[in-house]
Amino acid sequence: MVSGLLLLALRAAPFPIPHSPFPPQDTTRGKAVYVKWCAGCHGDKGAGDGPAASRMLPRPRDFTGAIYKVRTTASGQLPTDQDVLRSIDEGLPGTAMPAWKDRLSERERRDVLAYLKTFSAFFQDTSQHIVPLTFSKEPGGATSAVALKVGRQFYDSIGCWKCHGKAGRGDGPSAPRLKTDPGEPIFAADLHENWRFRGGAGTADIYRRLRTGLDGTPMPSFSDLIDQKFLTDEQLWRVAQYVRSLSPERAPEVRDVIHAPRLPGGLPRSPDDSAWARVERYWFPLVGQVIRKPRWFAPAVAGVWVQAVHTADSLALRLEWDDRSESPDTPWLEFERRVLDHVTSDDSVPAPADLWPDGIAVQFPRSIPAGMERPYFLMGTATDPVYQWRWTSMPRQAVAGLARGLSRFDVLGGGSAPGAGARFADGQWRLVLTRALATADTANELQFEAGRAIPVAFFAWDGSNGEHDTRMAVSAWYFLALDQPTPPRVYLSPVVAMAVTLGLGMLVAVRAQRRAGAGGDGGGRSRA
Amino acid sequence: MRKFGSLAAVVAAVLVVALAAWTRQPAGNAQGGATVTGKVKFTGAKPTNPPIDMTEEPKCKAKYTTTPTRETVVVNPNGTLANVFVYVKSGLPASAKYETPKTAVLIDQDGCHYRPHVLGIMVGQTLEIKNSDGILHNIKAKGVKNRPFNISQPTTMTSTRTFSAPEVMVPLECNVHGWMQAYLGVLPHPFYAITGADGSFTIKGLPPGTYTIEAWHEKYATQTATVTIAGTESKTQDFTFAAK
Repeated sequence: MVSGLLLLALRAAPFPIPHSPFPPQDTTRGKAVYVKWCAGCHGDKGAGDGPAASRMLPRPRDFTGAIYKVRTTASGQLPTDQDVLRSIDEGLPGTAMPAWKDRLSERERRDVLAYLKTFSAFFQDTSQHIVPLTFSKEPGGATSAVALKVGRQFYDSIGCWKCHGKAGRGDGPSAPRLKTDPGEPIFAADLHENWRFRGGAGTADIYRRLRTGLDGTPMPSFSDLIDQKFLTDEQLWRVAQYVRSLSPERAPEVRDVIHAPRLPGGLPRSPDDSAWARVERYWFPLVGQVIRKPRWFAPAVAGVWVQAVHTADSLALRLEWDDRSESPDTPWLEFERRVLDHVTSDDSVPAPADLWPDGIAVQFPRSIPAGMERPYFLMGTATDPVYQWRWTSMPRQAVAGLARGLSRFDVLGGGSAPGAGARFADGQWRLVLTRALATADTANELQFEAGRAIPVAFFAWDGSNGEHDTRMAVSAWYFLALDQPTPPRVYLSPVVAMAVTLGLGMLVAVRAQRRAGAGGDGGGRSRA
Repeated sequence: MRKFGSLAAVVAAVLVVALAAWTRQPAGNAQGGATVTGKVKFTGAKPTNPPIDMTEEPKCKAKYTTTPTRETVVVNPNGTLANVFVYVKSGLPASAKYETPKTAVLIDQDGCHYRPHVLGIMVGQTLEIKNSDGILHNIKAKGVKNRPFNISQPTTMTSTRTFSAPEVMVPLECNVHGWMQAYLGVLPHPFYAITGADGSFTIKGLPPGTYTIEAWHEKYATQTATVTIAGTESKTQDFTFAAK
């Protein structure tokens, strides 16, 4: 009541009331921020053509058209200030756009927003009504089997799978043809990696993207379907819930050490062996190889899930990674050509589009290092090679060898190749690599030992993305630890310790009681 | 007071109708104005449009007896060019206003093709986007002067949209079927035509003046001609596009 009166009084006041606690947005200051932090990618004139832009896919936003992916407004409408601020604040996961929330002050972010709106006449056009859509609240039962079943049903019937694939890994029949408005190749999102969704990972974020579409991309708005009663708002929420259910509950945390439990029986050598379901999965993100020429700025494999187990004498690794095609794959050739056309190459001869295979490499040092010293992570050096397993989809085989830097790989002969079992389904490779812990060639082949921290790194190539040789995705060094079987004394020692403690305690207590029973004798003796 | 109000309303309504009738520039000589007519000829080797493999869409494929092709260059049997958008680019009085037609312009997604392939519309006029195929199409308008849009139509349905600014052309495309493309010319006036199976066009109802007439083709870009009209005559203006 009091505040209401105060508000009325203020309204009546003859001076303007600021709408926000912040001073009006300042395009002059915004320009200073923009030039310093944004122009490198987005360009001096905001056309998304800064010096770094040609190495990026997706490309930096071109502000001159005022077309924004992440909005709360209908398809084709301008974004609200809040929409653009959100992208500035949170960044766009899965792209080069970082979150600026902790790097720039709120005022700087608001000023830069005001400045980037000056790049497009649409923001000055008063006939443009910027109205956010009305979004309903998420219906309950998000994770119930019934809800997910309904979601799946509509995922199929409204055609999500045409681009995103039957299992949601961005491998649908239309996926190889997808382009942005300016004609750059664009992947349909892999719905199993929600932490890379541009507009946020949550169910409500997904629902909003379904309602608004992602302007400038092939992702359309599904709002007309609700208006025309083809599906209800609740059913669209179910689609969002289903899509959300495809990703893990939390974004995978990158852990340094892969624990390989010891199995009592044999190794699960098949990629679909049910034994793998009981083994912990570890996620390792991969990034483009941008150190040695020719560099690669647009890797398609975002990361690899790794599981490891061992027995008394052997080791098995299961690697799972999402890849939209089983390369070589002709339908993706046009996509590959477009990727190569759009990503600036620093190769002396630009790479032609070709039917490359998919591939993955697991790298170890030749021997377990005593200290923290490890070979150079990028496939070793001429003088300090690394031991690698390399698997390719064509020919479908794995080999072992020594890499002496990026340009030299010497295959080891004499039955040194690891065992390999692979299968491709619904946009995912699943590969099991196996080897004996100990081998004869101790000079070149790593001898696995339980209880030691064994450095390990990963490399991946997506053939239909034009990846081969140095054009690849790389990881840092991590560790593999073969858990030692628990010796019986681990269980026995605490019991023994407890028994001893108890025994000694009782002894002390009994002796003390005896002493007390003997009267002052003992005391006199001690004083003597 | 109330009586006066209703009288005022009636007067206002009559005025509005009269004004609308006065400003209206409908096609046809009946209301006066001149006609510009002509043919769009094609010279050189007739290019072949690439075939479309519709295996992934059996419903669409079933609508064809021969292999469907793209419609990039449609040369008619009489040697003329179809799908040319001919329109008055400039010369109309800046102050002239033309009534937005009440009728909608229809684009149909039929057999995984846009029908028609090239179409025109006035600013504010309704575009009806129909999906006759009943399979998933999305229609994306990639205007630069108009706000873009991208709507999903996974079933037999019709959506409507309007365009707020003149733009020649707004490309329309389906991302599910990369071969589906259409072009929409958005104009502030009704003086446009699209060549069809005989390669001819007719623009009616033009007031006297000197006009720049432009002929636009998807592959062969544009050609312009200047036409001066004195009265209500009919003038012929042909265009010729050469194979590239």
